[in-house]
Amino acid sequence: MVRVILPFHLRNLANVGSELTLELKGPVTQRSILDELEAKYPMLRGAIRDHITQQRRPFLRFFACEEDLSHDSPDAPVPERVASGKEPFVIIGAIAGG
Amino acid sequence: MSKVRVLVGTRKGAFILESDGKREQWDIRGPHFAGWEIYHLKGSPADPNRLYVSLSSGWFGQQIQRSNDGGNAWQPVGNKFAYEGAAGTHQWYDGTPHPWEFKRVWHLEPSLTDPDMVYAGVEDAALFCTTDGGQNWHELPALRGHGTGPQWQPGAGGLCLHTIILDPSHSKRMWIAISAAGAFRSDDGGQTWKPINRGLHSQYIPNPTAEVGHCVHHIAMHRLRPGVLFMQKHWDVMRSDDAGEQWIEVSGNLPTDFGFVIDVHAHEPETIYVVPIKSDSERYVHEGKLRVFRSSTGGNEWEPLTKGLPQSHCYVNVLRDAMAVDSLDECGIYFGTTGGQVYASADAGETWAFIVRDLPAVLSIEVQTLA
Repeated sequence: MVRVILPFHLRNLANVGSELTLELKGPVTQRSILDELEAKYPMLRGAIRDHITQQRRPFLRFFACEEDLSHDSPDAPVPERVASGKEPFVIIGAIAGG
Repeated sequence: MSKVRVLVGTRKGAFILESDGKREQWDIRGPHFAGWEIYHLKGSPADPNRLYVSLSSGWFGQQIQRSNDGGNAWQPVGNKFAYEGAAGTHQWYDGTPHPWEFKRVWHLEPSLTDPDMVYAGVEDAALFCTTDGGQNWHELPALRGHGTGPQWQPGAGGLCLHTIILDPSHSKRMWIAISAAGAFRSDDGGQTWKPINRGLHSQYIPNPTAEVGHCVHHIAMHRLRPGVLFMQKHWDVMRSDDAGEQWIEVSGNLPTDFGFVIDVHAHEPETIYVVPIKSDSERYVHEGKLRVFRSSTGGNEWEPLTKGLPQSHCYVNVLRDAMAVDSLDECGIYFGTTGGQVYASADAGETWAFIVRDLPAVLSIEVQTLA
């Protein structure tokens, strides 16, 4: 089980609470987490990754275990504490603006 | 008794305002989609309870949602807008080639007859269509591909396709407008397109009478006379009596002919409305006075309509999609401002009152007249 925390607007869009859980088969990577997240909540397609390029949207970041994972390979294993559900995979919207 | 529903898109959410036919007491619902930019929401003429909304965000991109009950409940639908084939390039502000990149949906235009069919005008400029109620969107690529696309250049708001008009008398005919490419018409359901900018004069482009490159802000049409079009260009108010083949200027005695909105009275095809804006450098109303100007002669002769509107210290703008009319016997006119006010007139512009005055900046207004 993987725990995921979404930013405010995406929680509203997906109609979920502050934290959700996903059941993943196989290696737990950023890509597999996002694939499963989008499969379970199709309204999030295009909101975290670009539909075409599958690149992370520029104003979003991925954090876990107090580390910024945003620039890690999407196919690299996430930290074991995320894969085991001890720590959440956190998607954060940049605090941008004045 | 008849009812009016006003659909308001703002910088921070959507609002739905409803009244009976007297248009005196208003029920205000919202914000829907709080925090999202609502460039446009519109109802289907074929099923007034079917609404579509474009919500976008710099963080989370584009979403489209649909309501089947007049805006009480909403469901996300498809939000994938992929250009057909190789995206190609248009001109950037400095004249260099720039790849076409989808940014947002500016305008949704539901079919006149099919509630599941909707056209979407997007930035970077292209026309998309859904035939399954918004689940899937496909581009009508002939518009970008007809030849002048690589010459198109963005206006200050981006390279946006902001106006879509469907001809009620000719099911295959439609008009669109792009800032800053100009106006285009298709007579075959979007299979082919023709620039229709003859008569426009734009002194700020290298060739002021070029085939494309004009910053058309909005176009309006009366449903009973679909060959007659009225245009608010960046500067100049124009009309065409031949479906856009030729335009003539009808700015007449307006205090300034810069502006964004233009609309036509529901029952008088020669009565039109604009809100003059001081200039493209300042982008607020002229002399600090919020005035709607009406022409009952199809242009050239204009009268200011001011009763109930602020006539001092007012510095708002009225954006291109932020005016609409109802079709009650006494035509109602509605507009929203960048200051968050929504004004209504239940007597064709003679007198005005605000429905609500402290919303986020208003981006769009649409009106449904309900039985």
